[in-house]
Amino acid sequence: MKRIHVVSLALAAALGASQAGAQELTGTLKSIKESGSITLGHRDSSIPFSYLDDAQKPVGYAMDICYKIVDAVKKELKLDKLEVKLTPVTSATRIPLMANGTIDLECGSTTNNAERQKQVSFTNTHFLTASRYVTKKASKIEKIDDLKGKSVVSTAGTTNIKQLTEANAARNLNINIIPAKDHAEAFLMVETDRAVAFVMDDILLSSLVAGSKAPGDYVISKDAFSKPEPYGIMLRKDDAPFKKVVDAATAAVYTGGEGAKIYDKWFTQKIPPKGLNLATPISAELKNQYAKPSDSPDPDAYK
Amino acid sequence: MNYNWNWNIFFQPNPMGTGTYLDMLLSGLALTIKTALLAWIIALVFGSIIGVLRTLPSRAASWIGFAYVEFFRNMPLLVQLFLWFFVLPELLPRAAGLWLKQLPNAPFWTAAIGVGLFMSARVAVQLAAGVSSLPRGQKQAATALGLTTVQSYRYVLLPMAYRIILPPLTSEFLNTIKNTAVAITIGLLELTGQARAMQEFSFQVFEAFTAATVMYLLINIVVVTAMRFLERWVAISGYISGK
Repeated sequence: MKRIHVVSLALAAALGASQAGAQELTGTLKSIKESGSITLGHRDSSIPFSYLDDAQKPVGYAMDICYKIVDAVKKELKLDKLEVKLTPVTSATRIPLMANGTIDLECGSTTNNAERQKQVSFTNTHFLTASRYVTKKASKIEKIDDLKGKSVVSTAGTTNIKQLTEANAARNLNINIIPAKDHAEAFLMVETDRAVAFVMDDILLSSLVAGSKAPGDYVISKDAFSKPEPYGIMLRKDDAPFKKVVDAATAAVYTGGEGAKIYDKWFTQKIPPKGLNLATPISAELKNQYAKPSDSPDPDAYK
Repeated sequence: MNYNWNWNIFFQPNPMGTGTYLDMLLSGLALTIKTALLAWIIALVFGSIIGVLRTLPSRAASWIGFAYVEFFRNMPLLVQLFLWFFVLPELLPRAAGLWLKQLPNAPFWTAAIGVGLFMSARVAVQLAAGVSSLPRGQKQAATALGLTTVQSYRYVLLPMAYRIILPPLTSEFLNTIKNTAVAITIGLLELTGQARAMQEFSFQVFEAFTAATVMYLLINIVVVTAMRFLERWVAISGYISGK
C-alpha cells in the first residue's frame, strides 16, 4: 500500500512539474515556492517606513506594502501557506544580504537612483521626499543663503550630503560640512548646537523632530536642496519574473485606493510606539505616482 | 550570489566631486594615518608618565597611576569618544562649551586625543610591567652610585624597560591605527568612514571594504617592518633583545 502511495506521489510530482514547465519558475519565485517562505528585510528605526514597535515587531508603511506583495506572491504561486520571515538589515548590510539571497525584499526607506540600479532593482516608488534642513527656531535661518559660513551636518554616504556639497560649491556658501554617522547623531549635533542645520530627506526630519525632547523648538525649511526623490522597495537585479509579480502587486495597491489608506494610517494618524503623529498629508507628486505607478529613478519623472 | 562585481568602480568619479572613488578612500587613509600618529604620540607621552608613576615608591603617585589606568581602560573606546565629543561641552560653562563645539576640525582633534588617552593607559601598563621586570639590583645599584630617582629612571631603568617592551608596543601601535576607525561615530571620515560612504553611494559594498582592508593591511605591514628595524637598531648585544 505504502509503496503505491509513494509511486503515485512521484507521478503526481512529475506531472505537476511538466505542467509548470510551460512557465518554468526561476530565481526568487522558484526559491520561495521550494522553501514555502519569503524573507523580508526590515530596518529598526526608519520611522514610519520600517521600524520596531514596543513589542519589537517590525511595523510601518513600507512593511504594510510588503505584506501586500507577500499576498500577491502567495496567490501567484498558488500556495496555501507562505511563511514570512523577518530579518533586520542596516544600510551597510542590505546589499550583501540581498545579493546572497538572505532577504527577498528590503522594506524601508531606500532611495532609488540610477547609480544603485546597477546593483539592485526597485519596484514602484512608495514615497517621494526632497532634501531639506532642520534648524532651531532660535537660530533664525530662513533660507539656504542664511547658512553661509555656518556648520551644517548631514549623514555620511547619503545623497543629501552630496547635494549639500554641490550647493555649497555652486552658491559659494562657505559652509563647514560635518558628516555624521547616522541620522540620530546628526540630529544630536543640531540639538547640542554643534551644527546650525541638518540636511536630510524632509520626511525623516519630520520624524526626528516629532520624536525629540522639544519638537516646538525646531523648524523644517521651505527651501529644498533637491527635487522630490523616490524611495523604493528593493529586490534582486535581473529577476524579471519576480519583479513583474511585485510591480503588479504594488501597482494594484496604489491605483486601487488601498495605498492612500495605508498612507493615512502611518503619516496622518498616531503611530506606535509613542503615539507620534507626523501630520504629513500626501504630496501632489506622490498622488500622481499613486495614479500612475512608476519605478523610475529619475526625480523628473514624478512631476 | 547575485552580485554585480565591478572593480573598475575605483576609477569612476565619486559623487562628492572630489575625484574618483579611489581618491575618496585615499583621503580617508591619509586621515587615518594622521589621526593614528597624533594619537600614538599622545599615548606614548602620557603612557610613559603614568607608567613611571605606577612604579614609584610614593603611595600617592602609584594611586594616581592606578586611577588613571583604570579610568581609561575600563570604558569602551566608543563610549569615551562619545563622552568627549557630546557630553564634555555640555558640562562646561556655556561660553566655553560653545567655543569648544565651534572649533574647526573638532572631530579630528577629539578622535586623536580620545584614542591617544585610551591607548596611553595600555602603554602605561606595559611600561610599568617593563620596569618591574628588571632585576631589583639595577635600581639598588643606581642608588648606590648616588643617582637621584630621576637620574636612575633616565639613565638606568627606562632605557632597558623600553627595549623590553618594544614588541608589545608594536602591537599597541597597530591597535591605535585600528582604533581610529571608531572615530566615525563622531563624524570623522577616515578610511572606514570613506569605505562606508562609498558603499552607500555606489552600492559596491564588497569592493569598498576589500580596498579598505588592503589599505589597513599595508599600513600595518609598514609599521611592523619599521618597528622590527627599530628593535634591531636599539638592541644591545648580550641583553634581552640583543643577539
